[in-house]
Amino acid sequence: MKVVKDLFYTEDHEWVKVDGDEAYIGLSDYAQNALGDIVYVDLPEVEDEFDKEEGFSAVESVKAAADIYMPVGGTILEINEDLFDNPELLNQDPYENWVVKIKVADKAELDELMTSEEYEKFLDEEV
Amino acid sequence: MVAKKTPLYDEHVKLGGKVVDYAGWYLPVQYEGLIAEHEAVRNAAGLFDVSHMGEIVVKGKDALAYLQYLLTNDISSIEDDQIIYTMMCYPDGGVVDDFLVYKYDDEEYLLVVNAANTEKDFKWMIDNKKDFNIIIENISDQIGEVAIQGPKSEEILQKLTDTDLSKIKPFHFDRKVVVSGIECMVSRTGYTGEDGFEVYSPAEGIVKIWQDLLDAGKDEGIKPTGLGCRDTLRFEAGMPLYGNEISKEITPLEGGLKFFVKLDKEEDYIGKEALNKQWNEGLKRRVAGFEVLGRGIPRSGYEVYKDGEKIGHVTTGYMSPTLKKNIGVALIKTEETELGNEIDIMIRNKPVKAVVIKRRFL
Repeated sequence: MKVVKDLFYTEDHEWVKVDGDEAYIGLSDYAQNALGDIVYVDLPEVEDEFDKEEGFSAVESVKAAADIYMPVGGTILEINEDLFDNPELLNQDPYENWVVKIKVADKAELDELMTSEEYEKFLDEEV
Repeated sequence: MVAKKTPLYDEHVKLGGKVVDYAGWYLPVQYEGLIAEHEAVRNAAGLFDVSHMGEIVVKGKDALAYLQYLLTNDISSIEDDQIIYTMMCYPDGGVVDDFLVYKYDDEEYLLVVNAANTEKDFKWMIDNKKDFNIIIENISDQIGEVAIQGPKSEEILQKLTDTDLSKIKPFHFDRKVVVSGIECMVSRTGYTGEDGFEVYSPAEGIVKIWQDLLDAGKDEGIKPTGLGCRDTLRFEAGMPLYGNEISKEITPLEGGLKFFVKLDKEEDYIGKEALNKQWNEGLKRRVAGFEVLGRGIPRSGYEVYKDGEKIGHVTTGYMSPTLKKNIGVALIKTEETELGNEIDIMIRNKPVKAVVIKRRFL
């Protein structure tokens, strides 16, 4: 499974790319592979606010539906509208195709996420 | 309980299958991808490992009389080498299992049952043996089975046998077909809505047949296909799945399978009285097809509402790979099953508009 450096990761297999006070959130390669062919992505609305670990979106394959949780609390700034018509983008390149962009509420919460090295170790040991 | 491996387990791993514990068996959900495999079956051919299916033999002087007592369909209506689909019910009309019955002759039949129900079925059959002069045998572990499904199936399987497969008509079988040098039983049956065959061999022969079929079908575009597309294919074709559309709690009449319940069969059978009563009084609920008009995929178990009142639940739902639509089957109040009726599917706690359509989606 591909893991990209300089991103942060959660145990639920979301990735976070931090850019100042803002962050992009997406699904890891492990997550897209586990789900299989993704056929639908349910996205929140811009300005929606969510707490850390709150479900903000859902992604569905033919076989299963899974919630996506906030790695850190924040406000939705942008949603990736390409995913409405082309949900398979998450299978094709899960790191290039983010799901939402948020304004991070409390940057201290980022410290609780895994680094790419830690996530690789997590995949080896726990999954 | 530790899940069991079919004789083809190593093949699944070699082919990169995503293996899961399904009904107590390690089987692949998919290899390359569910949608690609689904399309292979609709357009060319797919090869399924169905060795987990249960095989139960009923033989003896009273074999036909016993099956007439046990099953809802009229088993006397088929000839030797013919197959019939039937339900086996409880006295209250709930379903023990649904399966195919292969008639060898008046005194010997083979029942090919759902893997998860094999033990339950076998026990039920023994418990209801009464004084019938028969032997019931569970031979599941001795048999390997693959299903080749799709429009190219006959062309591919024909390369491995001298038997003229065009002579085997739908819902018929031949017990002496030599495939890859191994004597097999071959039936023109399946669970996908496509033409195809099911090949039964001694357990130790099935690996060679599997490998040879994948080789023989390369040019035609055969793919190994997993449980994932097995369910989307049967669903699109309007076929029921035990546990979803029919179950201990859902009778075959409610499940839309009245054709396979002979209410006026001459012989008495288990469930006959309750099913007749339910039909005569009128069904309170029954299955209906629907298409979601709003956004979201219906899933089994989701609740169904009409004007704010709960009217039932989704039994199976998918984004249909063939039709590219979000469709499903729901068990709802009979008065809401009229074609064109608008209903609401609760998707993640939000009502999403849907409309009742025919259950055979293709």
